[in-house]
Formats: sequence, structure tokens, C-alpha cells
Amino acid sequence: MAAMDMRLPVARKAVTESAGGEKHLVAPGDIITTDTGYMRGHGTYVEDEKLVASVAGVVERVNKLVYVKALNTRYNGEVGDIVVGRVTEVQQKRWKVETNSRLDSVLLLSSMNLPGGELRRRSAEDELAMRDYLQEGDLISAEVQSVFSDGAVSLHTRSLKYGKLGQGVLVQVSPSLVKRQKTHFHDLPCGASVILGNNGFIWIYPTPEQKDEEAGGFTTNLEPVPLSDREVISRLRNCIVALVTQKSMLFDTSILYCYEASLPHQIKDVLKPEVMEEIVLETRQRLLDLEG
Amino acid sequence: MASVVLSEAEKLYIVHGVQEDLRVDGRGCEDYRCAEVETDVVSNTSGSARVKLGHTDILVGVKAEMGTPKLEKPDEGYLEFFVDCSANATPEFEGRGGEELGTEIANTLYRVFSSESCIDLKSLCINPRDHCWVLYVDVLLLECGGNLFDAISLAVKAALFNTRIPKVRVLEVEEGSKEIELSDDPYDCIRLNVDEVPCIVTLSKIGYRHVVDATLQEEACSLASLLISVTSKGALTCMKKVGKGSLDPESIFEMMETGKRVGKSLHTSLQKVLDEEESLGATRQKVGFLG
Repeated sequence: MAAMDMRLPVARKAVTESAGGEKHLVAPGDIITTDTGYMRGHGTYVEDEKLVASVAGVVERVNKLVYVKALNTRYNGEVGDIVVGRVTEVQQKRWKVETNSRLDSVLLLSSMNLPGGELRRRSAEDELAMRDYLQEGDLISAEVQSVFSDGAVSLHTRSLKYGKLGQGVLVQVSPSLVKRQKTHFHDLPCGASVILGNNGFIWIYPTPEQKDEEAGGFTTNLEPVPLSDREVISRLRNCIVALVTQKSMLFDTSILYCYEASLPHQIKDVLKPEVMEEIVLETRQRLLDLEG
Repeated sequence: MASVVLSEAEKLYIVHGVQEDLRVDGRGCEDYRCAEVETDVVSNTSGSARVKLGHTDILVGVKAEMGTPKLEKPDEGYLEFFVDCSANATPEFEGRGGEELGTEIANTLYRVFSSESCIDLKSLCINPRDHCWVLYVDVLLLECGGNLFDAISLAVKAALFNTRIPKVRVLEVEEGSKEIELSDDPYDCIRLNVDEVPCIVTLSKIGYRHVVDATLQEEACSLASLLISVTSKGALTCMKKVGKGSLDPESIFEMMETGKRVGKSLHTSLQKVLDEEESLGATRQKVGFLG
């Protein structure tokens, strides 16, 4: 019979300076520079010949371009990004998908693969059968096809690796913590797979034994997931939560190192504040050793 | 109640996990999330407490005011509860959206505290039929992360433990009227005995088993829940069923047994933290809301 863990709150420690040098943190309204030789990028505006920040974040400089990278924002779509989204509405020829952005993203019926990989014009029957493919509440993985002028994102699932997601666990984090990489679909050696959506939705699921070719992601596997896979998935989920709480970047190597650092602890103990600090510190150390 | 939308496959994953006693965050069916308790956070109340249970954040303030005793109980004081579901917790509570949930929680608290043994109300009486202490308990929901009732009952117990009611003396003035004098020393006060105050344990039925301390995702998979209030000795004082599903009598019996067991450990943990906080005394570094 487990005792409940209750404790007194502890004031948050300021995050120590990482080995990247001094970071210029700004809040909205802070003056970045009075030098007029710079080109201004996202998150800045000019006022009285001064460059002022409009978002709270870190000032980054690339040659002559100065921009502010915000730390906690809604997802801003870029063409080619992989996102994980939840269907909120089924409309006439499209689905509205929630992707943690300012506006709901759109998945057009014509951007969705038909079962069996057929290539034909979508008919009225397809429109009526939309709800059979995706209902409200379903999770999908998709790629950003284009961005409308108002910032809304148009998605497509025109590949067998995208489509409806089956059994697994979703973790929602800030989009700025997901590192941009070549691929966002990872099969981790510990026994589970993970999709790191650029919009901050992380999907952890059991690795499928054989790659289904003809399904295209429409038929969901409803068999119970074995206990060993469940333990790996729960541990990964807790490790990701630990990394996010300590404001670490999320990519396959950091998640894997964090998983290995958490192995001595029980799965539910990973969420205790002191254990989280310890394993993230170990992860950061290993990542630094990898670089250096 | 704030709710999340889940896909069918996610719900199935959660239900199967509960069957095997391994929830999504690695807890067993009878494990609570890590909780943080702090008292004396609001300075202009007689007692206050803040409880953070995972993503659920509750703030309780107790104000002691003088009032007239109720007609049917002339030599006792009483408690008044008010629950405010603030729009901070979730956008559904904007405007009057949180009123229904607030009244439901307040009515549950009235029922839980209606049993005579939980608080010694006679100690709140100053002058029978004339004056008594009324404790106004205000609950504020700051964040909704599942399992509201448990967190609220823990916060109410901690706030009552922290309440300091000033000592008053009744003086007999001539012509038979009585005068009430407040003691000069601001630290001279009476404390309440909260040993018999019950805590609420919510047991949610998911599949064929039940879990304690459900998160928002698990609440979306559960069709029926049982709220029981348990004292520190393991005695059940009241029970309420919520949800649109049904429960059969055998599962109710099992859930009651689990609730009594879990409730006892809940009380011991809370008492340990409150005693630890008390022993730190004035040297305690207050964390509050900006820590």
C-alpha cells in the first residue's frame, strides 16, 4: 500500500547558465540595440530609430539579421514541418485540425490518401464517408503543405507514413523545445517509437512489428499493448515531461539519454522534482560529452 | 467539469493499462500524484492553504467572523462554504460557466462537514443564542488537472488547521447586556482541532477496475465515479456517486474498501507535512505564488 508523497513547496532555482555563453533575454518593450545597421527579423519592431522586442525570448543574431526567438509561443507553421494534430471538426470537404497554433489547421479531403492508395478525384460519396476516415477527437500525423496568408496551416497526409494514429500516449509541450531535425519519426532502441511534432505534440506509441503497406494508416490496431511495451512508453513519457520541466531541447538523442538515466528509478518516481533534476543533469552532461 | 477530447484508440490504451495496474504516468491504481501543500499564503485571512496535486491547483481561505447562531443549534458556530471556479482554470469557466460545478462542490462540502463529530462547533460559540464564530471557507480553483474533490478537501483541512481565531472575553456590563472584548495580543488565539475532519477520496471506474486520483485523460475514460469522505481513522462518513454510468454493488463495496485504505494514508501524509511546516515556525521561507 503506497504512501502518498506530500511535501512543502520549494522555490524554483534559476536555471544555470549553459555552456553556450551569455544569452540576451528580452521582454516585450525591451530595447535590443540602437545600431541602425541591422536588418530586423521576427519578434522585433522599430520605434524611434531603436530596435525593440515585441515578444519575450532570446535575441539571436545571424550576420546582419537580428531576431527574437520566443520561448513559449503558439506553433507557427512552416512548409515541410511534421505535425501531430487532433481533429476538432468535420466540415464539407475538409477537416479542422487542432495543432496548438493561433488558428485551426485545415486538412482538405483532396490532401488525404484514400485507402488502398487509389488516385482518383474525390466524389460525393467520399465526402459523405469523411466521418468514416477521421472523426472528432482522432489524432493524425501530417505534413504542412502550405501556409495561408492569415497564418492558418494547410496539412496533407499524402504518404504512407502519415495518417491516423492508433494506440499510444500524447504529450503536449511548447513548440520551441522541439529541435528541428532531418526526420521526426524515431524508432528508439528501448522498444517504442516516437513522433516529435514540430507543433509540440509528441506521440509515443509501441513499435509496430511489421510495416503495413496497404493500410496507409486507416485501420487502427485495437489489440491490447503488452505490459513490457507499456512500461517503456510510460517511462519515455515521464522522461519527456522531465526534460520539458527543466527546459531542455527535445530530440531523439536527448530523450534516449534521459531514458537511460532514469532506468535506476521506478517509473512513477521519475516525476518527483529531485529525480527530474538529477536525470536531466545527467542527460545534459552526456550530451556535452558527446559534443566535446 | 473541464474535459479533454481523446481518440478511441487513446481511451482503449488507457483502459487496458488500468487493467494491468500500470497507468500512463507509471502509477499504480492506488497511487496519488506528488502533492505540494503550503499554508498561510493569504495574509488577510484567518487561515489559508494552497494545494498543488499534479496540474490541479487549489487555494482555500478561511475567514472567521462573528455572527448569530442558527436557531436550531443555539450553542454552536457553523461553517459556510463557497467555491469559485475561476476562468484561470479553463476557458469553460468563463462568465457563469463555472457556477454549476462550484455549487456542486460546495454542496458536497456541506454534506461532508454536516456530521457532528468532524469539527467541534461548540468551541466556536461565544454567547449562546447571541454570538458565535462563523467560519467562511472560500475555495478558489486556479487550475483544473483532474481530481478536484480530493485536492479541495485536502486544502480545506490544511486551511482549517492553519486557522487562528482571536480569543474573546465576554464581560457582564450593568443592565444585563454583555460586551465582547477582543484580547490585545494578536497572537493570542484559539486553534481548531482538525483530527476528525474527513478527506474526500474519488474513485473512478475505468473498465473493470477503479483508480484513485484520476487525471483529466483518465476522467474522460471513466463513466462512473464514487466520492467517499474518510476520516483519519478510516471511518466512512458520506458517499456520493457521480457520472452517467452505473456501478454494481460489488464494485461499490470494493471501491469503499480501497477508499478507506487510501484515505488513511492520505491523512497521515497530510498531517506529517502540516506538522513539519509548523515545526519550521517563523524561519520558514514562504514560497507563495511567485516562487
